[in-house]
Amino acid sequence: MHIVECVDINKTYHQGKVEVLALKGVSLAFEKGSFVALAGPSGSGKTTLLNIIGGLDLADSGRVVVDGNAFDKMNRSQRADLRLNKVGFVFQSYNLIPVLSALENVEFVMLLQGLPPAERRKRAKDILDEVGLEDMYDRRPAELSGGQQQRVAVARAIVSNPSIVLADEPTANLDSSTGKGLLEIMKQMNEKKNVTFIFSTHDNMVMDYADRVIYLRDGMVADDRVKR
Amino acid sequence: MYLQMAWRNIWRNPRRTIIILLAIIIGVWNMIFLGALTRGMEAGMIKNGISTLTGNIQIHHKDYRTDPVVENSMADPGAMEAAIERILPRGARWAGRVRVNAIASNARNSSGVTLVGIDPEREAQVSFIGQAVEQGRYLMPKDMYGIVVGKTLLDKFGTKIGHKLVLMSQDMDREISSRAFRIVGVYRAEMAATEKEFVFVTLPAAQQMLKIDKGISEISIILPDQQDNRRTASALKDEFFDDTYEINTWRELLPILNAYLKLSDGFMLIWYLVVFIAMGFGIVNTTLMAVFERMREFGLLKALGMKPWWIIREVLLESVLLLLMGMAIGNILSFLSISALSGSGIDLSSLAAGAEYVGISRILYPAIYVRDVVIANLVVFVLGLVVSTYPAAKAGRFTPVEALAHT
Ligand SMILES: Nc1ncnc2c1ncn2[C@@H]1O[C@H](COP(=O)(O)OP(=O)(O)O)[C@@H](O)[C@H]1O
Ligand SMILES: [Mg+2]
Repeated sequence: MHIVECVDINKTYHQGKVEVLALKGVSLAFEKGSFVALAGPSGSGKTTLLNIIGGLDLADSGRVVVDGNAFDKMNRSQRADLRLNKVGFVFQSYNLIPVLSALENVEFVMLLQGLPPAERRKRAKDILDEVGLEDMYDRRPAELSGGQQQRVAVARAIVSNPSIVLADEPTANLDSSTGKGLLEIMKQMNEKKNVTFIFSTHDNMVMDYADRVIYLRDGMVADDRVKR
Repeated sequence: MYLQMAWRNIWRNPRRTIIILLAIIIGVWNMIFLGALTRGMEAGMIKNGISTLTGNIQIHHKDYRTDPVVENSMADPGAMEAAIERILPRGARWAGRVRVNAIASNARNSSGVTLVGIDPEREAQVSFIGQAVEQGRYLMPKDMYGIVVGKTLLDKFGTKIGHKLVLMSQDMDREISSRAFRIVGVYRAEMAATEKEFVFVTLPAAQQMLKIDKGISEISIILPDQQDNRRTASALKDEFFDDTYEINTWRELLPILNAYLKLSDGFMLIWYLVVFIAMGFGIVNTTLMAVFERMREFGLLKALGMKPWWIIREVLLESVLLLLMGMAIGNILSFLSISALSGSGIDLSSLAAGAEYVGISRILYPAIYVRDVVIANLVVFVLGLVVSTYPAAKAGRFTPVEALAHT
């Protein structure tokens, strides 16, 4: 069974009188535990697709099923629950809650899930150790470098063992060596915890880490290559 | 952690927080402090009104108030007095008096006054006169010719203690009766008008002069608790349903004061409203600004799986913290400013010439009531929370995609 299934997704944005066809009949299936790159030039629909897979936005037509749950049949609150429990997000920037420390940011998702404080704390510390931030527990986002912030975001995304982690251009604001470091950590987590990662990029270096690269162009799948 | 988050969010922009706090503090302080001043003024006015001679409740012959002549006195108050003793709550005090219009004169002057015949011991428990004598002495029970007059009258007559004063009034036989008294004491009152109007002799002296035997004009009652007025009055009315007597509370006896107090309540309400509107706008605008600045963050929270309601709750929690802080400071400030004034009061003497007409005391003591403080805090809290729901609801409505696209 696939962890994520998209069938014939269409999405049109209306900007005044202008219609922008962001996705045109996209059908994709993702294996559990895969590490997939969405590639394509700017404006090709990567963000739109990730938002729809993550339940942040709804498709105009088509079906999205995440770990057996179909988003199109849910109301807002149910989608929020599904995001909370099944989906981890890493955005390009401003990923963290500024008033919370690194540790508290990671704990926050578990707080929303209603986990007891002691367990929250322990799991948050463990995962921060795993992404190499064992000395940064109490730093606020503003006191962390861009790469460190993204690592906290990755830690937060995977801490509650989601079905998928969606990362929209996670390295776009990082220099290439920091970006590489982040990719390595993501890959490590992917292999160690068997969590599915879907991330978008237009950087060839980043694509090298993926075991499958899907190319989007003008809202359509132009190429779909499985490596290995 | 929600609380921690709210607390830290508040201090992200200290300047804005201080503005909101100031609005709340001023709101609370204004309500409690100005409220206390107004209450103090009202209490002073009621106290003056009641203790001058009115009392909480008065009993008269049914025609006395429309025509306060000696014929309309209560000829045999014995039964009434027995009933009063029975009905009055513990701690209540009462006194009977003769009270008629008279003319006071000496060699050089004459002037219309109100002759009040009192039982010196009882009266001292009921009205101001017991403590008001400044020179000379108060009346003794057996004083048949002693009289106590106000300082203003004394000065106006150019006389002094030990000199004679002749009083003239109509007696029971419709004859003019006059009697020479000797000034034994001089009293001061809150208001010069009082000093000019009332002269005091003993009850037997007045009764003898007016030939009314045991008759009295009025009974004045002081109750320990203001709340008892109406209940006690109606208990007395039930006892004397035959309409021989008229029983009134001070609100009926002092209609102008009563009306003024109602007006004052209305003014207070309007003033509160003005302050609240200002405070409300302050809170709404500043909070709204804060919410829009944090739009991205709310989008992120929603993306992470927070429901709109949780976000609203978070924003409201911040408002609650601000309100509680502001209220705490506002209360402390109010109590400090009130206690600073309660020792010496505010001296209104320079304004007294004008203020006297409405019965305002020379010195204003702020009066603080638990009920007023509770209401002030409750109103500020509820209003603050209500106006915060608008920005909070706005924060809850940001959709994650839009909010995250917003930079
Ligand atoms: N909120 C929006 N309103 C209107 N058009 C949009 C909106 N978001 C994206 N688009 C348009 O949809 C297309 C796909 O955008 P996007 O998914 O952001 O592409 P990518 O992430 O690959 O750069 C682009 O042409 C973009 O201009
Ligand atoms: Mg994009």
